[in-house]
Amino acid sequence: MHIGIDVGGTNTDAVLMDGDVLVDKIKNPTTDDVTSGIIACINTLNGSKPDNTHIEAVMLGTTHFVNALLQRKELAPSAALRLCLPATTMLPPLVDWPSDLKDSIGGHTYMASGGHEYDGREISPIDENELREIARKMNGEGVRSVSISGVFSTVDDSHEKIAADIIKSETPDMNITLSSEIGRIGILERENAAMLNACLVEVAAKTVAAIQAAMASSGLDVPLFFSQNDGTLMQSEFAAQYPVFTIASGPTNSMRGAAFLSGVLDAVIIDIGGTSTDGGMLIHGFPREAIVAVDVAGVRTNFRMPDVFSIALGGGSLIKQNPFMIGPESVGFRLVEDGIVFGGEKLTATDIAVASGIAEVGNPDLVTNIDSSFAEDTINEIQKRVEDVIDQLKISSQPVPVVLVGGGSILVKNSFEGASDILRPSNADVANAIGAAIAQVGGQVEKVYSLTDMSRSEALRLAKDEAINKAIEAGGDPKSIEIVDIEEIPLAYLPSNALRIKIKAVGDLNKPK
Amino acid sequence: MIYMWNVSEDDLESIAIGAGILGTGGGGNPYIGMLRAKQLIRKNGPVQVLSPEELDENDLIVCVGGIGAPTVGIEKVRDKQSYYALKAIEDFTGKKATAIISNEIGGSNSVEPLIPASLAGLPVVDADGMGRAFPEVQMKTFFVYGIPPYPMAVCDEKGNTALITEALDGKWVERMARAVTIQMGAVACYALAPMSAHQIQTTAVLNTLSLAKNLGHAVRVARTANEDPIQALLKVHAGKVLFQGKIIDVDRQTTAGFARGQVVIEGMNKYESDKLTIEFQNENLIARLNSEIICIVPDLICIVDTERGEPITTELLRYGFRVTVLGFPAPELWKTPEGLATAGPAAFGYDVEYEDLQLM
Repeated sequence: MHIGIDVGGTNTDAVLMDGDVLVDKIKNPTTDDVTSGIIACINTLNGSKPDNTHIEAVMLGTTHFVNALLQRKELAPSAALRLCLPATTMLPPLVDWPSDLKDSIGGHTYMASGGHEYDGREISPIDENELREIARKMNGEGVRSVSISGVFSTVDDSHEKIAADIIKSETPDMNITLSSEIGRIGILERENAAMLNACLVEVAAKTVAAIQAAMASSGLDVPLFFSQNDGTLMQSEFAAQYPVFTIASGPTNSMRGAAFLSGVLDAVIIDIGGTSTDGGMLIHGFPREAIVAVDVAGVRTNFRMPDVFSIALGGGSLIKQNPFMIGPESVGFRLVEDGIVFGGEKLTATDIAVASGIAEVGNPDLVTNIDSSFAEDTINEIQKRVEDVIDQLKISSQPVPVVLVGGGSILVKNSFEGASDILRPSNADVANAIGAAIAQVGGQVEKVYSLTDMSRSEALRLAKDEAINKAIEAGGDPKSIEIVDIEEIPLAYLPSNALRIKIKAVGDLNKPK
Repeated sequence: MIYMWNVSEDDLESIAIGAGILGTGGGGNPYIGMLRAKQLIRKNGPVQVLSPEELDENDLIVCVGGIGAPTVGIEKVRDKQSYYALKAIEDFTGKKATAIISNEIGGSNSVEPLIPASLAGLPVVDADGMGRAFPEVQMKTFFVYGIPPYPMAVCDEKGNTALITEALDGKWVERMARAVTIQMGAVACYALAPMSAHQIQTTAVLNTLSLAKNLGHAVRVARTANEDPIQALLKVHAGKVLFQGKIIDVDRQTTAGFARGQVVIEGMNKYESDKLTIEFQNENLIARLNSEIICIVPDLICIVDTERGEPITTELLRYGFRVTVLGFPAPELWKTPEGLATAGPAAFGYDVEYEDLQLM
């Protein structure tokens, strides 16, 4: 059995899953220290499992690390080291960071020799003495964590690795993050992502250790996994080194959990809350990724993040008659006090849904004076707006199943243009925790290959092998690993042979021996 | 009217949007170029912009631009290559430049002249050699109207310089410069043929930096005021809405350095029952309403996000986007027989006649 846990801003939810079956679920308030709330959930579920069964693994999705960034709390004094000279100097590391975040980690930046061209040639060789001097300098400045970013390390990561060895030998206690292990092409964005990771490794190590210790003291000696942004898992030792991969796991887990509860792999997931409607698209069970740069705590990065589309429409959205408006203002969580059906005085989308007869909440007698044709027009407009979100999320004009979750989903009827099916799963309140519990492990590669010395099929094979190896390293059962996504993009304006390949492999977790 | 302005950090935000629109789907994203120019302007102060009419007979204007693959440029970010190229041309000709002009206002090359201008303390001229984006070096109005495409200096960031001192024509310059660029690591810059005030006034597309700034500014103002960015754009630059709808199909293949393909847009609102197909080769080249051509290169076909007025480059096109397709007339210099021979439909392999957008 697996325990899946989701640590949200308000609640820590947990589920006990026996394969595909939900055995038990629990909600506890999220605690300040995060860990005690997690432990309370684990202990309850561990106690409630049937006698002849045992827990095989605990899967955790958490927003703890992104909160550390947002609050500029517990961040390690960190340095960004770029291997690039004499190229790529005009925009130094951290150039586009918010100044308060930069200040909170010390703002140390260095540029040194090294890095590669797009076709794998060196820009310049690594200079060992230069790096030793930088290591000593960083140490003297109190830096405890460093990100190393080589130009085109997505083509060749050897310089980043050599630089890491040199720094490690000079300053053995330094935490090191390599950009080639974090992001994809785009030096500024990848370097930024590596730097966010660098400043989070201390708090990550602390958190992981605390949870592991608490699990051990509860007699639960099983592997601990963390959910990643892309919907796959990583072992806790990896999470301690790569906390940045967890920061968008929330929406991903929620979408995957909702789809799982509905029994679909390809679907549009629509979550209608009190203030907003958020939607995402799952393709073969994984979220469609955003293609533009993603802002994390004010820093531009190029992580693989789920593409989430939001509009200001929810159960608490205020309805105005003249001029006619739905939202964007909302009473939010105060709906149960301010909404007319609940005895309040503000006309909300929920009141309209009750007046029109599609929803049954609160006291319907309080909305009998709402003009029925106005109610109907408003409901039709809400339906149309949600339909529009669905359409923007789809990848083609083919109809797809639509999964509706969230308290505000009572606002919409079961008929959408372009939807093959409308699903409203039960237990959607713990979709995030379920999404964590059912996750597989994966490996992703995105690199530019020069085809002067190798064929296209050879490049593809190399990329595939690397993705599969990454999935095995992450704890995957080699027999179950399959390639789920391949994309090839030749480089434009470059009539020589260079190809960008993007591959993703996923597989089931190894069974414990 | 004679006037002058300075490029401020805030102007760069506007120029990036406007240059993206004039990029007609290609030209590379101006974001990184904007950051580079910002760094320099912050340090050295605003860059002065000269109206082409302000130039006098003593002026010597050098054209600069970036050459290479935009995808490589986001990894190995350009440094001072265009400044080195400017210096190389000055050394070779033995004459000092008094102002810089952009080769291409569409996309990332719109801001490239600001780098050498800031470093050398020179003004930029409010004009360029295309009035839009085109994929190859020879596709500049200067060369169509008799300016020789050499001498040309191509520089990398390491200190390498290649000089092209003579060539049969612009296409040869393109071939040689492209080959050198690949060896230099695919993000080089070049400087070209110093020109006189009169040559700029007669062979360049005029007032295009102002145009890019004004287009971008209009979009930003409209967004803040919750007004329609499309109407705001059309108030700045005379053009027309060709179509409005949502993208229902994108088909792309990349061959020999060109992102070729087509995008199909299904009509919305007053275009409800129609379909628009746009064929692109890095830039958008032909727009067909149902099967009839309604806009064709060198006229500008610009795809923007209907709600935000944000330009959408060909690599970002995908199903579901709500877009408005705008047509802007090409600069007159492109519409002559000589202009069309260099950058008309035939130059891109289309066996169709150019039809003037303004007459359609």
